[in-house]
Amino acid sequence: MAKILLKLYITGQTPRSARAIENLKNIVENELKDEYEMKIIDILENPQLAEDEKILATPTLIKELPPPLRRIIGDLSDSEKVLLGLDITYHKTN
Amino acid sequence: MKNKNQYLSIEKLETFIPGFDQISNGGLPKHRTTLVSGTAGAAKTVFAVQFLVQGILTANEGGIFITFEESPNDIRQNMKSFGWDIQKFEEEGKWQFVDASPQFEEADTVSGTYDLGALLARIEHAIHKIEAKRVSLDSLGAIFSRFTDTAIIRNELFKIAFMLKTLKVTAILTAERINEYGEIARYGVEEFVADNVIILRNILEEEKRRRTMEILKFRGCSHQKGEYPFTIIPNEGIIMIPLSSMELKQKSSDTRIDSGNDELNKMCGGGFFRDSVLLVSGATGTGKTLTVTEFMDGGMKNNERCLLFAFEESKEQLFRNARGWGIDFDSTEQKGILNVICEYPESRSLEDHLVKMKEIIDEFKPNRVAIDSLSALERVSTVRSFREFILGVTSFIKHKEIVGLFTATTPTLLGGTSVTEAHISTITDSIILLRYVEINGEMRRGITVLKMRGSKHDKDIREFTIDDTGMHISKAFRNVSGILVGNPRSLASDEIERMDEMFKA
Repeated sequence: MAKILLKLYITGQTPRSARAIENLKNIVENELKDEYEMKIIDILENPQLAEDEKILATPTLIKELPPPLRRIIGDLSDSEKVLLGLDITYHKTN
Repeated sequence: MKNKNQYLSIEKLETFIPGFDQISNGGLPKHRTTLVSGTAGAAKTVFAVQFLVQGILTANEGGIFITFEESPNDIRQNMKSFGWDIQKFEEEGKWQFVDASPQFEEADTVSGTYDLGALLARIEHAIHKIEAKRVSLDSLGAIFSRFTDTAIIRNELFKIAFMLKTLKVTAILTAERINEYGEIARYGVEEFVADNVIILRNILEEEKRRRTMEILKFRGCSHQKGEYPFTIIPNEGIIMIPLSSMELKQKSSDTRIDSGNDELNKMCGGGFFRDSVLLVSGATGTGKTLTVTEFMDGGMKNNERCLLFAFEESKEQLFRNARGWGIDFDSTEQKGILNVICEYPESRSLEDHLVKMKEIIDEFKPNRVAIDSLSALERVSTVRSFREFILGVTSFIKHKEIVGLFTATTPTLLGGTSVTEAHISTITDSIILLRYVEINGEMRRGITVLKMRGSKHDKDIREFTIDDTGMHISKAFRNVSGILVGNPRSLASDEIERMDEMFKA
């Protein structure tokens, strides 16, 4: 299967950023059956990246590959919604 | 004492938007955020863009434009009609877009809580990048419709406003409102984010659109109160028309000038004053255009520069009329001391007419200006904008020490006053009435100087005739009364003698 490329944009080391990273890790480890690559980008260190991607809200998760491109905002606490939003196949947990 | 005041008052940043710095007593409060609120089509985006453009063009201050609604490309395109080349500003490093316009057809999925930290970082980055002094955010409504959690957005807007303040930039936020008179802005929170509120209106009044701007509040500093009309002009953008901020401080002159008619000069006690504004009122065909033509001629004979705005007749007609009265407009126009501008009153709104006329006056630098006729202009406007127009024109030309002659048409043939006169009679320095007088089944013409500020004048109603050498004023109507009320009555001669006796003192 195609490789999944996920980018998580955060602004600094805030509790919300930490929560989003934690939630995302849980989701990819438990739910994704395909190979994935996960990048965490701190906008405060590189604001130009946020400009290029036209990101407004943080945290923002972008699924770059495979197409279609998908964006999810929030701390990813609702994993159901995240998986639906990513539009990829995943293991059913139950 | 002076120093103390400097500490107390909040500094203002000149916007250089024409007229705005006058009504705001010097510009926008510096390093603060101002909310610009208006209904759809109220020119919020134009105001936000122009604020940055004028900063670049006049003060060489960089500007950041944060767009939530239109894409940067649309804005670049739309603003070209005002002659603003945003792309060039961007290349020069004077303009930076922060593109927060919707990128995808679908809305982002929301899972859990979020903030607008990325936007804040981008704004801050852009400001540092070009060392911007001015920031515009357009418009807040779009962000509320994209992120449904109003509580979060409100909180983030406060953060943005606070950040802008710490970065020492002067900012404009635009927001939509639903009614022209009502809530300041749609979501009810916008006005709390900003220290200052400006409202743009686009009111439908008697089937005509009228744009006004009102400064609702400037926290901690002064501004002019009330609504001020403005207009939007291609190649220039927003132009405010400040009225009550104009002061009555024009100089006054004792120099008399030639009215173009010797008898009329005598009636006015030696001619018109050099910086006065005169109104000539009369029914159709009483000789108003002739008075204007002779007034122009009087100037041209003395090599004064003359400017005529005609809204009723074409240039060819006017020139032919002048020839018919023995006055040569063609050669003086060629010499460049006469300028005749003919236009339909309907060709543009009254506010635009005013702006255009001011430009022409500034360019041509006339000694005399005539408008024939005000009544034609009144047709295309509402009562309020007409009054503002008259006030705008008169104060403008008085400041420049130009003598102005306006005509007004009365609706009835005999006697009567027009609405036009009611608005402007207190503004003008002199009023000359031209009236038909019906005597024994014959229509004759009468002229009288009703008012002449600062001078003695003839109080008689004199008869005049018009022939191929112009206007000829003769004796007073001695045996007729009731001309001005439109009901001329012949008086028996012994009655006239009795009246003369009474006033002999």
